[in-house]
Amino acid sequence: MTDLSRRKFLRAGGAAAAAGAALIGSGLGAAAEAPRAPGATTLPYPRTAITKAGTMKPDVPQPFTYPDAQSFCQIIKTGRAVPGGMGPDRDIVAFSTQCTHNGCPLSYDKVARTFKCGCHFSIFDPEMHGQMVDGQATENLPRILLEHDAQDDTLYAVAVEGLIYGRQSNLL
Amino acid sequence: MTQFRDRIPLPPPDAQRTNMTCHFCIVGCGYHVYKWPENVEGGRAPDENALKIDFRTQVPPLGIIMTPPMHNVVTDRDGSRHHIMILPDKQCVVNQGLSSTRGGQMASIMYSGEGTSRQRLSYPKLFTGDDWVETNWDHALKVYAGVTKRILDAGGPDQLAFNAFDHGGAGGGFENTWGSGKLMFSAIGTQLVRIHNRPAYNSECHATRDMGVGELNNSYEDSEVADTLFYVGANGYETQTNYFLAHAMPNMTGLSIKKKQEWFPGETAEKAKVIFIDPRRSLTLSVANHIAGPENVLHLAILPGTDTALFNGLLTYVVEKGWHDKEFIAAHTSGFDAALAANRLSLKDCSKITGVPVADLQKAADWAYAPKADGKRKRTMHGYEKGIIWGNDNYRIQSALVDLVLATHNVGRRGTGVVRMGGHQEGYARPPYPGGRPAKYVDEEIIKGNGKMLTVWACNAFQSTLNAEQYREAVYRRAAIVRDVISKARGASAVELVDLIHDAVEHRGGLFVVNIDLYHTKFSDAAHLLLPAAHPGEMNLTAMNGERRMRLSERFMDPPGEAKPDCLIAADIANTLKALYEKDGNVEMAKRFRGFDWKTEEDAFNDGFRKPAGIDSQGGPTGDLATYAGLRAMGTNGVQLPIKEVKDGKLVGTEMLYTDYKFDTKDGKAQFLPSPWNGLPGTVETQKKKYRFWVNNGRTNHIWQTAYHDRFLPFRRDRFPMSPLEINPQDAKELGIESGDIVELHNDFGSAFAMAYLEPDIARNQTFMMFGYDNGVVGDVVTDWTDRNLIPYYKGTWADIRKVGTMKDYKRTVSFKRRRFLST
Repeated sequence: MTDLSRRKFLRAGGAAAAAGAALIGSGLGAAAEAPRAPGATTLPYPRTAITKAGTMKPDVPQPFTYPDAQSFCQIIKTGRAVPGGMGPDRDIVAFSTQCTHNGCPLSYDKVARTFKCGCHFSIFDPEMHGQMVDGQATENLPRILLEHDAQDDTLYAVAVEGLIYGRQSNLL
Repeated sequence: MTQFRDRIPLPPPDAQRTNMTCHFCIVGCGYHVYKWPENVEGGRAPDENALKIDFRTQVPPLGIIMTPPMHNVVTDRDGSRHHIMILPDKQCVVNQGLSSTRGGQMASIMYSGEGTSRQRLSYPKLFTGDDWVETNWDHALKVYAGVTKRILDAGGPDQLAFNAFDHGGAGGGFENTWGSGKLMFSAIGTQLVRIHNRPAYNSECHATRDMGVGELNNSYEDSEVADTLFYVGANGYETQTNYFLAHAMPNMTGLSIKKKQEWFPGETAEKAKVIFIDPRRSLTLSVANHIAGPENVLHLAILPGTDTALFNGLLTYVVEKGWHDKEFIAAHTSGFDAALAANRLSLKDCSKITGVPVADLQKAADWAYAPKADGKRKRTMHGYEKGIIWGNDNYRIQSALVDLVLATHNVGRRGTGVVRMGGHQEGYARPPYPGGRPAKYVDEEIIKGNGKMLTVWACNAFQSTLNAEQYREAVYRRAAIVRDVISKARGASAVELVDLIHDAVEHRGGLFVVNIDLYHTKFSDAAHLLLPAAHPGEMNLTAMNGERRMRLSERFMDPPGEAKPDCLIAADIANTLKALYEKDGNVEMAKRFRGFDWKTEEDAFNDGFRKPAGIDSQGGPTGDLATYAGLRAMGTNGVQLPIKEVKDGKLVGTEMLYTDYKFDTKDGKAQFLPSPWNGLPGTVETQKKKYRFWVNNGRTNHIWQTAYHDRFLPFRRDRFPMSPLEINPQDAKELGIESGDIVELHNDFGSAFAMAYLEPDIARNQTFMMFGYDNGVVGDVVTDWTDRNLIPYYKGTWADIRKVGTMKDYKRTVSFKRRRFLST
């Protein structure tokens, strides 16, 4: 890949980062590091408010960053109950959208209902726990584990299942 | 690793680093293996890890490919445990740092002593009639060599059958093809040998070789600088992935125009036009459409099996237009006039046979063969694979294609070529096959009751042969006769067991089956003895890729238990037989089994590849110039065979063949071969008339060969729990079939089972089924027809389809989204 296309992807990543920052700036983005007992085998992921389930429209993904501002993710209401789906309709899922192959930003294809990568053409299915439909990755999409607070309808990101691209550990 | 698989250990700066060429497809991507003690970890700062990357911050896109499947912990025979990490090499000119979904998982298929890697064979195993037990090499070899000797002495070598690998990468390599070849051909001397995925000992490229044009005649770089990429029955994105991504894609996007201008000053240089000849809209076509733009992509969706007619129509038209190269034809070829007369076919007739509109035929000829804007001859790279190799009459189709290529002078010039894209890597060095051509149709011999012992060596015909149902039935039936005898052999010594087995195969129609492999396979279900083999990383192994690039994959860990390289297993067998004949005082036979005094795989390499006189070797006559030390120094870039010379300590290779126009024929002239269109074979035509669906079949991106590793990996098995069958949604609706349903395909030859996968790009009354899988074998409905050299027509069968039922769990766990990349 040339420097030119690399810059292009960095720019695309930057746009997603800006969107994520705007979201956090809206007042929902309060992050708190979850306490972890000694001997815990999970990383101390933050509990981060992402959005309200009621504000989500089917098939319109919203960008956010998690567990930190350098990690681009998208949350999507698929409109039908899916494995691992959260929210009142069990249809909200979230994924890291840096391709697990080579880190290029994924875009959502409304027709195919998949996330796809313009670099090496990997395709992932958000309605099937991020399974790679085809492509060059060796991992499905890292899944952002969500919790839904039924009282105020807030969706929280609480952990990441799978290694985010370009990291030794999901927490920098 | 935690339950979230969210961390990965880093190699410390002093981690051992060795070279590894990917085990799998022909492209042979370069990787590095890092190995370090399990109690050590590299740090995140760039000076604290061997990758010199700063992991304290997010690594940007295209920065590094490093995923959990690229890491593992292995245990060596001395009990020490080490981390390993296998990462793609950015300095390798082949893949330039890219990994495919297959190569990217190499670390996870290495033996860790835990989990599914425990499925590896660690020790020889003997079937006792109703159970498998482990045994030692001494006992196993006594039985193997004992039965071999009894059969050899009683009936001669041609009762000893082999199903054997013949290639590079895992399950091959120059060391192992030599070791096994020397045993089969020089020592035993049997003709009853079949290869890998076909029922006889033959080449998939006899025609092009007879024409003087070896099938791997250019470099991957030529796809960067070609004016037109002409793909025939090839699906590069899924099956030669990083060749496509690193070399063809830059030409489709226009990124390589600068290189064209540098290589060919003054010539018109534009981004590539791409032609796909394939009845199916493949994934590669969808990707090419996206990156090159549909205006630069032409799909000739020919009717199944009509390739010969297509090439003949194009040849006739090109000559009418005067686009052939008269000077080249006159100076460097023979037989043009006869071939042209035999192949002559008007575009109108061509269109009628192939189903392709005349305008598209003209457009293809124009894109590939009309002079460029500057009047210069186009450079067209022709890449073909299983669409014609496993097509309607392999020899004839290949002749027709190479006739077209020769007429238009698309060999010996950079940016051209007529090459097979390839499946696995190559690594052939063997004594000559001790029979003629065509060789024996070994599957048929086994079905007829011939052959008394069958060694199945790193291949699995139960999943990858034609007429597979009948073949499996015959092997099971005959193997059961031997199993029955063994089950009653209580307290028998090795010698007594040999007597009993020999009686069963000699007098009762039995077949003694031995499987040499990494794992217990579907074929092992019929076996009596298993011998454990090693694969790259556990042994040093040399092989070459589709541009003849030879590399040394270095040993970095021990094989499990007492598993060993195939070449050393061959040596053990030969040496055991030699000792048996010496004990008999049979000097003549003992002599045949001499020359296997190898301690290491390098000894086998030096005995074969480096002594090319009188053998068939892809290294050619200069193979002696290659040494392990020399290859190690050449790293992941290796050297392109044949080696020209050693200069300043470096091996200098050959990027393109036939630049001197000295072709591989007696007189050095390329030979045209008449190849008139002749329709479908009768056997196939019968199936077509009786059954509704054309059962096209081939590979998918996810699964390598017979899935010998993949069936144990959740990432792959969860994707395809059963062979997927792509079917048109309208056809599926008529049959009440939905994605995820189990379906049965059936015809006169057998029945096969598959998982339906609805796909609108599949034409009506056509299907595409994954080839070679363990759960659903398409070979069960493939006819027994072969071409003149016994090459199957795997792609040529028709069947009816019925719904067996719905598998709820497939629908719950498998994505049935479209695999094609759409530009939406």
